[in-house]
Amino acid sequence: MMSFKEKQNAIIEDFDLFEDWMGKYEYIIELGKEIDLIPEKEKKEEQLIHGCQSRVWLMSRFRDNKMYFYADSDAIITKGIIALLIKVMNGESPETVVKEDLFFIQEIGLQEHLSPTRANGLLEMVKKMKLEALKNI
Amino acid sequence: MSGLSDNVFNIKEIRLQFPILTQKVNGKSLVYFDNAATSQKPSSVIDAISSYYEKENANIHRGVHSLSQNATNAYEQARKTISTYLNAESESEIIFTKGTTDSINLVASSFGSMLNEGDEVVISAMEHHSNIVPWQLLEARKNIKLRVIPILKSGELDMSSIDTIFNSKTKLVSIAHISNTLGIINPIKEIISKAHHFGAKVLIDGAQSVQHLPVNLKDLDCDFYAFSGHKVFGPTGIGILYGKKEILNAMPPYQGGGDMIKRVSFEKTTFNEIPFKFEAGTPNIIGGIGLGKAIEFLETLNIEEVQKHEEELLLYAQNKLNEIDGMTIFGNSHQKTSVISFNVGSIHPFDIGTLLDKQGIAVRTGHHCTQPLMEFFNIPGTVRISFSMYNTKEEIDLCISSLKKSIQILQ
Repeated sequence: MMSFKEKQNAIIEDFDLFEDWMGKYEYIIELGKEIDLIPEKEKKEEQLIHGCQSRVWLMSRFRDNKMYFYADSDAIITKGIIALLIKVMNGESPETVVKEDLFFIQEIGLQEHLSPTRANGLLEMVKKMKLEALKNI
Repeated sequence: MSGLSDNVFNIKEIRLQFPILTQKVNGKSLVYFDNAATSQKPSSVIDAISSYYEKENANIHRGVHSLSQNATNAYEQARKTISTYLNAESESEIIFTKGTTDSINLVASSFGSMLNEGDEVVISAMEHHSNIVPWQLLEARKNIKLRVIPILKSGELDMSSIDTIFNSKTKLVSIAHISNTLGIINPIKEIISKAHHFGAKVLIDGAQSVQHLPVNLKDLDCDFYAFSGHKVFGPTGIGILYGKKEILNAMPPYQGGGDMIKRVSFEKTTFNEIPFKFEAGTPNIIGGIGLGKAIEFLETLNIEEVQKHEEELLLYAQNKLNEIDGMTIFGNSHQKTSVISFNVGSIHPFDIGTLLDKQGIAVRTGHHCTQPLMEFFNIPGTVRISFSMYNTKEEIDLCISSLKKSIQILQ
């Protein structure tokens, strides 16, 4: 079982394999397909993350002192980006989710999506994940 | 280069005047197709801004010293240039604002304060949020009624509905000259004359117009006309509200402060004359001067030739886009400027926009501040490409091939 830091380093290594951005995005899109989706009937208005140009739903479950996330989006790049976050956050303690630094975002060049007004709302996704974790501390 | 042979309009010379066009984005030559959001700036505007701060900077209107007088002259000359270009009756009808949104809010606040309960303001279903929300706020403040001219499936205004919507209670019609999302040019002359028949005033949102086609205010006979500097090759943070003299004179001030007064005392304050009555505080001096330079730049061109070039781009791009499987173009009319809103199959516009950006193509995706219009078409948003005079067919070819590559990845 990889640590929070190791999981991020693994993603950084994966992204290093791609020479251009189109390749990176193709990879992001593939990751989006592996995501644990929220079952249609469990989708609720309050799971929607605001501030995204596309619609993004996020829900969490808390089991054995660990956080698990489920998400969906109508845009597949957005879905891939949240899949990356889930890959890192899943199975971590709520404390880790709330406090630990997500350095991989900067490293793989996704920081351009981090500004508060950016259309895909990556910042809002991270915030929502941390808020979900906070409920379990 | 296919763009070179377009017509007498010399695309190569035009492009040379826009330094940003040689930029690289994500390692690729920039293809800037987000002109409906903001235009790029020619060297004459950029040089005027730096030269002003290097040699002329001073506050205007009240200084006795030479610098201040020079700055005042430059600012007022800009007003004159704009007034002449748009064929207004006099430069006192040209008010400097922050932009189209500010201009519309000025009218909603000041002209709106003269409306009474039950009076009606008419807008259309294709308006930008900035021509919806100020009227909703007025509706809440003054208990007026806001009415909406519907649109047809083509995106064009349902002109047949106008005769049932306009009536003796209609006090103001506020409508886009050109839709920022669909590019459709509205029949504003007809709307203005019909509204005047009922004694209503008309505000035209010209944010998407002055950069594309000739605007003749006297000929249009509208009562107000609003546009933004940054979309017509000028700086950001500056815009214009044109208003007919007699209407502006009858309207109360919008904001209070310096410059807009004749005399202030605690007993009675009297206001300055138009346009200054509506320009409280130190204005965006360099914005005004820069906008004047942008209009001077337009004067050096033949706007009809610009229009012809952009029409060619529009038709060329629409034909190429229509060859793509699953393509839907929103807004179909013979009266269009070079704005194309589209979706491809069920692909989310955000996904297309992101991948186009990575290939150096700047487009806009989303609802374009026209959420009611998106609701009408029942879509989350569109990809919008919008051309300016400096764009070429070669750039369209690049965009189309990048779009095809994106679709391949996203399907």
